[in-house]
Amino acid sequence: MKPQRHRWPGSRRLNGLPRDGRRLLAGLPGVRWLCALLLVASLAAQAAGITVTDDRGRVVDLPRPAMRIVSLLPSATEAVCALQACERLVGVDRFSDWPQQQIQALPRVGGLEDAQLERIVALKPDLVLAGRFARAVDRLEALGIAVLVLEAKEMSDVLRVLETTARALGLPGAGEALWQRLNERIDAAAARVPPRMRGQRVYFEVAPGPFATGEVSYLGQILHRLALGNIVPAALGPFPKMNPEFVVRARPDLIMASERDFATMAGRPGWAQLDALRSGRHCVFSDAFFPVLLHPGPRLGEAAEAITDCLNGLERATR
Amino acid sequence: MRSATASRRATEPGDAVIPPRGATTALRSRPAATSRRPAWRLGCALAAAAVLLGLCGLAAGSEGWSFDWAAEWDLVSSIRAPRTLGALLAGALLGLAGAVAQGLFRNPLADPYLLGSATGAGLGVVLVLSIGSLGGSAFHAAADGLAQLGLVGAAFVGALAGVCLALVLARGAARPMVLLLAGVVVGILMAALSDLLMLISPQALRGRQVFLLGTTGFLGWGETRVLAATLVLALPVAVGFARALDALVLGEQSAASLGVHLPLVRLLLVAVMALCTGAAVAQTGLVSFVGLVAPHLVRRCVTVTHGALLVLSALAGGVLLQAADVAARVVVAPQELPVGVLTAVFGGAYLLVLLRRRTPA
Repeated sequence: MKPQRHRWPGSRRLNGLPRDGRRLLAGLPGVRWLCALLLVASLAAQAAGITVTDDRGRVVDLPRPAMRIVSLLPSATEAVCALQACERLVGVDRFSDWPQQQIQALPRVGGLEDAQLERIVALKPDLVLAGRFARAVDRLEALGIAVLVLEAKEMSDVLRVLETTARALGLPGAGEALWQRLNERIDAAAARVPPRMRGQRVYFEVAPGPFATGEVSYLGQILHRLALGNIVPAALGPFPKMNPEFVVRARPDLIMASERDFATMAGRPGWAQLDALRSGRHCVFSDAFFPVLLHPGPRLGEAAEAITDCLNGLERATR
Repeated sequence: MRSATASRRATEPGDAVIPPRGATTALRSRPAATSRRPAWRLGCALAAAAVLLGLCGLAAGSEGWSFDWAAEWDLVSSIRAPRTLGALLAGALLGLAGAVAQGLFRNPLADPYLLGSATGAGLGVVLVLSIGSLGGSAFHAAADGLAQLGLVGAAFVGALAGVCLALVLARGAARPMVLLLAGVVVGILMAALSDLLMLISPQALRGRQVFLLGTTGFLGWGETRVLAATLVLALPVAVGFARALDALVLGEQSAASLGVHLPLVRLLLVAVMALCTGAAVAQTGLVSFVGLVAPHLVRRCVTVTHGALLVLSALAGGVLLQAADVAARVVVAPQELPVGVLTAVFGGAYLLVLLRRRTPA
């Protein structure tokens, strides 16, 4: 860049003033007022925009509440809709499945890992909700689109994600309110757990492998709040892959799984002798409902209720 | 002149495309005057195809063909153009690396991923994807570094690390057979490691899947610039060693007696190969078959020495990936296919055709 030349007569005159003259000018009360006014104006301009910090720790500036949103995460889609802003979604990923009515007509823009950039950009979103470490995130940001990266592993993360989303929507506090309602549902569900079921040790299979739910995952924490035990030690992390023999040796009192996974359990070597399988002490969730349990979003209250309903059913059956 | 009866036999029309060891079809004993013209013609044809496919690439949108470029200028200039050009460049890098690999190892089945760069890159990607689950304070510093690196950086570093490890295990590139085996060992090791990581953090599964299938969807101008810089760096070096590759066709001893400093040449060519493959893999994932098929395609059409073979293979690889990229966008629009699936289908079909022609009925 060339050094700026003082082409404007005004500036030349100002710069041409003797030092004392300039000090005199700065000392004028009017200039001070002007400065203060400018400061207030700039603050006001900043307040009109929204600044949120996402789960990468990056500060995302939005000039106004997001009105055209593309969600690349099923849980984010659910969060936006639960915050009563479903109509602001202009595109969702291929795994989003709730609320079906509202999103079934929306364009599908691929998955998080293989997002279709051109489709997303053509939708002209002012905010994209995505997960961590997806290549689309960098590219979208390079194309000038605001991206909010959300990542929830534990229940406390769910609160943060909901509130971050709500603030980006221009609804500060709505995320916390939603979290409150979600918690009340979980507490109500916990109160309904039959006394005899409390303390029962659960094996919750999230995927064949078998992958189980550990105590530190949001799902494990919900089980804990429902006063259920877990055969998986917390040290193994959120969704550890188990040795099938471990499950047999741990003798879970209750088994929970999706319909599809449960169908294969009795056929696994040694699993047929599990008491929980033989005595029918299991909660089997339909494949259509299972995502409710797996998405760390606003429907976890529903998930807790479904588990409690199953526990009550088991209680009635054994009485 | 180079005239080996074995190689002449191998190049009869309809005869072996995969020649006996030591007689790569790249080197054929025909008068230079007749062999130069078809090479030019092929080069021009490929360049024309690249331009044509480039135009198709600008028109292949997310909703099918769209030629109203003025109205969609933002999309065309910021997404379609870099993507199309990037596919050409990445394909060219793979084609070049494939031709170098086949010449260097004197094996027509050699491909750019041979020396552990593919699995190395895969391991890098899986490491980044599973950072979250790798808990433990011991990993913390490493995890932060990986997060800084990002998927692309980790894939590139992983690819180079894979080749370096193979070189270390083989104690340099002096013995190609040992180097090949070392590459296989590194490949198995790193694949096992990333499988292990995947078990610890299953959420990395889908990300890795996309990486393994390859994608041209995330190529922007920045990425394209990196690819172009790599090609500009690697192509002259590779072509500079073309005569050494020609000499190698006659066998190692003959090459040595012709004054080729084999250890140095091999090391440099392996470096070129690793650089090309690493850059391409980091930006586009494991696009299969392009590196393997491009040199075969060229040899099938023309009879040239390595100087032209390397350039033509690069061009052919670029055109192949460009075609796959365009097809990936249009075949199931508005959805998109992983580009690696298409190259595998094209490449596999092509090899099958070659096989059919080779085996007598």
